[in-house]
Amino acid sequence: MEQIKDFINIISAPQISFTAIILLFFFIFPPNDLFYKIHRGLRIHKLWTKGGGITIFSFLTIFFIFGITDQNFRMIVTKPDNVPIVALLYLVVFFLWFSLKQAYDNDKRIDEGKGPNEAEDAKQKVLVWPDLVYIELIAMVSVAALLLVWAVALGAPLEEPANPTVSPNPSKAPWYFLGLQEMLVYFDPWIAGVLFPTVIMLGFISIPFLDNNRKGSGYFTFKERKMAISIFLFFWLVLWIFLITTGTFLRGPNWNFFGPFEYWDKHKLVALTNVNLSELFYMVWQNKQLPSNILLREMPGFLLVGAYLGLLPLILAKTLFKKVYERLGPIRYSVFIIFLLIAISLPIKMYLRWGFNIKYLVSIPEFFFNI
Amino acid sequence: MSDSNKKKEMWEKIQKNQIFRAIFRTGGSITTHKQRVLVTLNNVFLHLHPVRLPKHAVKVKYTWCMGGLSFFIFLVLTVTGILLMFYYRPTVEYAYGDIVDLSEQVPLGLMREIHRWSAHLMVITVWLHMFRVFMTGSYKPPREFNWAIGVILLVLTMLMSFTGYLLPWDQLAIWAITVGANMAKATPFIGSAGPGSSLLAIGDVNFVHSASDAGFAMLGGRFVGEGALLRFYVLHCIGLPFVIMLFMIVHFWRVRKDGGISGPT
Ligand code: HEM
Repeated sequence: MEQIKDFINIISAPQISFTAIILLFFFIFPPNDLFYKIHRGLRIHKLWTKGGGITIFSFLTIFFIFGITDQNFRMIVTKPDNVPIVALLYLVVFFLWFSLKQAYDNDKRIDEGKGPNEAEDAKQKVLVWPDLVYIELIAMVSVAALLLVWAVALGAPLEEPANPTVSPNPSKAPWYFLGLQEMLVYFDPWIAGVLFPTVIMLGFISIPFLDNNRKGSGYFTFKERKMAISIFLFFWLVLWIFLITTGTFLRGPNWNFFGPFEYWDKHKLVALTNVNLSELFYMVWQNKQLPSNILLREMPGFLLVGAYLGLLPLILAKTLFKKVYERLGPIRYSVFIIFLLIAISLPIKMYLRWGFNIKYLVSIPEFFFNI
Repeated sequence: MSDSNKKKEMWEKIQKNQIFRAIFRTGGSITTHKQRVLVTLNNVFLHLHPVRLPKHAVKVKYTWCMGGLSFFIFLVLTVTGILLMFYYRPTVEYAYGDIVDLSEQVPLGLMREIHRWSAHLMVITVWLHMFRVFMTGSYKPPREFNWAIGVILLVLTMLMSFTGYLLPWDQLAIWAITVGANMAKATPFIGSAGPGSSLLAIGDVNFVHSASDAGFAMLGGRFVGEGALLRFYVLHCIGLPFVIMLFMIVHFWRVRKDGGISGPT
């Protein structure tokens, strides 16, 4: 028992769990034909069948039932404000399965030349009264009942009166913003709290204008939209739901990481030996002093960031993303690749931190400008 | 036998009653095709819908009902929110005590619970609605614009939740908002702790400082205090609901104008 808990504590550290998720991700949600073949070969598509669904749910439920027996786990999961996130986890997993099951069923039908299930249904017309109205009624009544039960069962939390002189440790934003707060570990507030939200919003708005694949509109399908779905799910599942879950359940005092079965020890010490790229470049690698000229000092960082955003898109257009470039054309491709690279900078920064203890690539505290 | 006959007679009588006819234009028992069509057309709320739909569009497995439920939960929030406003005063002096009274003094004091859990639930249903729209490719032409409206609705939903979070004025509230306000203070150029703000100065005179920056505009002060509470209250109860309703109107209108619920062509 204890060994299992220790094991889960260890593998849930972001270094390990995040890496595992990224490695597995593209086999579960293949972005192109190559991965799709392996995905089929490994029979991962079986996840999106009835049997697969039952398996996923059993695992999730067994994990929670097993977890609830642990005092530390129970304490975080049953905190009233955290209950929605447990619900969210179940709902996200359920609807992920539900949409992909229909998508894979449709893919099969399309392969057989039959067209998606929705097309079959659409041949028939129904009247809003009563066919839609009663579905809406049932949905509304069920949700109202759910809310009533929830409200009776769980009181809304109220802590001590506000006290500006005593800050709780950790102080957490509301759970739907914890993805952003988690990014604060790796980026300064102006990036995590201002740049990223703006880019996320603009990025989402631009999806319909970037995705010029006309197939797969108005029915569930995976095969016809592999790349779009894979990228979307990467952001939504890995960089959003995963970060929120980590931020809620696994971040304790001083925003230190704690495994799900670990006691939140306020005195847990984590060695912080973070350095900036400039220090690494001049002092460690060349044994010199830091140049006093800011521009010179930060030159390595500027070059790196410049190459990442300026050069890499060009290289990718000629190599890995050749087909994407051909399909999107120069303007769409530029917008797409900049959004993508900005988003991917988050995992990159995570690994720079974990692997090399790098805090900032460019660090000009004089102007609060740190990347 | 005679019992059910009597009931039928009663029902017919009621339907002929002038008051009943005045309220329900289509009449009571809706049996014919024409009446079913008229019900939808005659009712201002139902007439958000078209009269006839392809069958896939009414199936729960296609829409998951998530858009409709988001709207329903929004209505629940509006009703419970109005009830809460009867008791709640947005000042540092009273806010916390009013919340305590709400659960201790008010009979059937479930409104705060329903309001809070609905708020959480709405964030979830809106996310899932977006996820459904993505998975069915429903953002593709001609629905690009409605997707953009949707993204704004999503942001507004989260802002509604965020502004409401401060109102109980407990430790959870002010420190969660402090985390957010610190981010606003770091906005490039217009935040006092953001990159570039020190460039906006003439000589020694800084234009962007802790009493004139984005964080100050958000909080109405340097810290989360009286000013912030009032601002968040007004935004939460009047400002944001007004804006979100505007966007919802456009959203629903566009669902219809873009050809109704998407489907295979
Ligand atoms: C307050 C939040 C929102 C409300 C109340 C709302 C409501 C609705 C409703 C009632 C529908 C009809 C179909 C359905 O129920 O699925 C709909 C459709 C749609 N919504 Fe939303 N929505 C919201 C947020 C969003 C968001 C966040 C997005 C996307 C980013 C979005 C994009 C769309 C699109 C593209 C359609 C058309 C779907 C189709 O034709 O299949 N909406 N919305």
